[in-house]
Amino acid sequence: MKTLKVNGKSIDVDVDASTPLLWVIREQLGLTGTKYSCGVAQCGACTVHIDGKAVRSCVYPVSAVTDSNEITTIEGLSEDGDHPVQQAWQELDVPQCGYCQPGMMMAAASLLNENPNPSDADIDSSITNICRCGTFQRVRKGVHLAAKKS
Amino acid sequence: MSEQHTITRRGFIIGSSVVGAGLSIGLLPGCASTGGEPLPEIDEVNAWVHIGLDDSVTIRIARSEMGQGTLTGLAQLVAEELQCDWDKVTWEFPTPGENLARERVWGDYQTGGSVGLRGSQQYVREGGAAARLMLIQAAANEWGVPAEECTAKDSVISHNNSRKKTTFGKVAIAASQLEVPTDITLKDPSEWTIAGQSKMRLDTVDKLTGKLEYGADITMPGMLMASIKDCPVLGGSLVSYDEAAIADMPGVRKVVKVQTSLGTNGVAVVADSWWQANNALNKLPIEWDFGPVGQFNEAALTQLLESGLDAEEAFPGNWGGDLKSAFGSADRMVESVYKVPAQNHAPMEPMNATAVYTAEKCEVWCPTQNGEAALAAVSEASGLPIQQCDVYKTILGGGFGRRGIPDYVHQVVVIAKEFPGTPIKLQWSREEDQMHGFYHPTTMAKMRGSLDADGNLTGLHMRISGQSILAALLPHMLANGVDYATFQGVVRPGIHPALDQHQISYDFPNLLVDHAMRNPPIRPGFWRGVNVNQNAIYLECFMDELATEAGRDPLEFRLALMKNKPKGAAVLKAVAEKSGWGSDDGKSRGLAVLYAFGSYVAACAEVTVSDEGKLKIDRIVAATDCGTAVNPQQIEAQVEGSFVYGLSAALFQEITFDKGQVQETNFHNYSSMRIADMPEVETIIMPSGDFYGGVGEPTIGVAAPAVLNAIFAATGKRVTTLPLKDTNLRA
Repeated sequence: MKTLKVNGKSIDVDVDASTPLLWVIREQLGLTGTKYSCGVAQCGACTVHIDGKAVRSCVYPVSAVTDSNEITTIEGLSEDGDHPVQQAWQELDVPQCGYCQPGMMMAAASLLNENPNPSDADIDSSITNICRCGTFQRVRKGVHLAAKKS
Repeated sequence: MSEQHTITRRGFIIGSSVVGAGLSIGLLPGCASTGGEPLPEIDEVNAWVHIGLDDSVTIRIARSEMGQGTLTGLAQLVAEELQCDWDKVTWEFPTPGENLARERVWGDYQTGGSVGLRGSQQYVREGGAAARLMLIQAAANEWGVPAEECTAKDSVISHNNSRKKTTFGKVAIAASQLEVPTDITLKDPSEWTIAGQSKMRLDTVDKLTGKLEYGADITMPGMLMASIKDCPVLGGSLVSYDEAAIADMPGVRKVVKVQTSLGTNGVAVVADSWWQANNALNKLPIEWDFGPVGQFNEAALTQLLESGLDAEEAFPGNWGGDLKSAFGSADRMVESVYKVPAQNHAPMEPMNATAVYTAEKCEVWCPTQNGEAALAAVSEASGLPIQQCDVYKTILGGGFGRRGIPDYVHQVVVIAKEFPGTPIKLQWSREEDQMHGFYHPTTMAKMRGSLDADGNLTGLHMRISGQSILAALLPHMLANGVDYATFQGVVRPGIHPALDQHQISYDFPNLLVDHAMRNPPIRPGFWRGVNVNQNAIYLECFMDELATEAGRDPLEFRLALMKNKPKGAAVLKAVAEKSGWGSDDGKSRGLAVLYAFGSYVAACAEVTVSDEGKLKIDRIVAATDCGTAVNPQQIEAQVEGSFVYGLSAALFQEITFDKGQVQETNFHNYSSMRIADMPEVETIIMPSGDFYGGVGEPTIGVAAPAVLNAIFAATGKRVTTLPLKDTNLRA
């Protein structure tokens, strides 16, 4: 048994220590906004925050999460869906299929946590998520717009 | 706005309706219900439109939504004719089973070939208009006035003389009991106020909070999870596996042998969680018989494709004039050989489906581009009559053509039959998705052109050698052995009605385009843009080679052969002008133009190549004449995304084979563009009216050749083999 702090709540989970955090979040906690896509930390669809920093949860064993770690998923990014990134994404109608977007938004929110006014070069180096629909142009605009709203 | 329903959840009753025109007999509240679901408050107005007592408007969408925005575009077309308040619009997917029960009132569910809007715009607009006329008639009846004196706007019906007003919700029950009108006049697009506008997508909000449920997210009480391994070699088979070796692993319930009529010959592990199932599957000792394809490799593929380049026998797909004498009297000949590899769709959401099977019923929840094909697959795999099966479509986490084939639906039903009554979710790993695709067919082309002494193109021979999609997937669609779809984008007008929307963009004085069919043991499929992509690379890059040899400007050289192609010439000129083509600003630019999926598209790319050979795509100007623009901001999104899809393939992606097995098993060796690779895309939408062209696919075709031509402008190096990743641009 392990206690995780997810989206502000403490939750006990009974899971093998080697299980990646992604599958604990999706299958044990039922928070399916965090997506499986590659399973090898290439695409970023599984991105969540641990203490505000973006982590690719598909290769992050649950055993590496400590008692004090605060895990945030897309469901907990804001209470009412009004985080500046979510507002910007809605205003620019960023998603196409949308499957990568929870991870993309978590990566963007993490960047803005660390760097409230990122340059294009900052965006290029810190957001390396894959989007097969190709929303990158709007993602870039979305990060800049969210920076203005924050 | 973003709330999603399925009709069944609201207790919709199959077979309660008058079929054909799609108007249902009024089903009053309290009549009946299926499965103890809440009763419907009010019946549909017609097949396309449900109005709630609270004036909510639910529009039925038959085509699939995979990111391309068809859902919103179709809703706009219905809402435009309905004259409802757009802010009250929600949507729902009628199931393929309901469509079958109602004699296909919603038409074709197939969502590919960029047909989502252009293939259904006429009947969905008529559906919206019919519903409006019925709502108006119901109000007019109540008021005792002629319907002709009433108008509808923003879900409000007004009688002009008496100034009476009512809302759609107040007359919806009465409207649902009226006969469907047959005399319908549709609005001219110039009068549109909802369609034609850059409306925000209806499905965005739930995508921003994690609330939207994709197929991969389906959860049901008591559900078990499955992971599958199909034989890694096409045509190979499962010999044996050692279930005892994993039986004691946590959560494991069962190992299931999976054989289907779509060629699956593999094994699945079913467990309490997917992580457990997949872990156990990876540890399961499996013995395969790879069969003859187990010897297949890249050398064999190259040999096969090269054998077609000069073969005497080939199917003609476009011809004209006297090529032999043109070549015989040439001042100069230009020749070049190109190659495009096999490529996987790799949508972000790997294949998945969830099934519940009992002896009486089989239901599947899945992301599919073809709900009706999925339904047929459920029936076939379950052995149950199709009336006892249904499919509940989710929104797709990408499709790109891959999800038109229901191989994963067959698989999940075979597994679920081992667990009657228990929901089974089959989730493919990324590796399974990479290794069991229906790949963009690999072809080569030998291009030969003749120039006269003045640098005019006098003849062109385009020999395509390689794989046919239809021969593998739809052999009944071959015409005397010819796969005319192979000629998409370069086809002769009139050769096949469906292919007239993919005609060649130029008038060549003497021409032959032919195809030496060479089918390697690779499963081909319809990959966003289909055969247009390779053909546009071959032709548009070779046009640049010819212009260079002729010492002419590539724009002027092209336009000289487009005198009778005004719409194609217009998009080409538009990108040239906006990009600054011909200016002496030192930028390296490349052009491409194409007519495909009924739309005229062009692109001008600007690139920089460093002294070390590193490519940067700086800017792309793209133009689209899709005839009628239903949602301009979504067209822009599709154009922007097309460059990511097309250039990811051109820059990074190939599926290769060793011992018959796919070597690129995940994104680490099958890369895809990241935001840092993304050029600024400037989209020009220039609808010329009177037709509906596709949007999701045509621009892919110009993405690669525009960039390859710009690379030539920057370096003098002509890239003829893709992907580009292995080419040193400064060597």
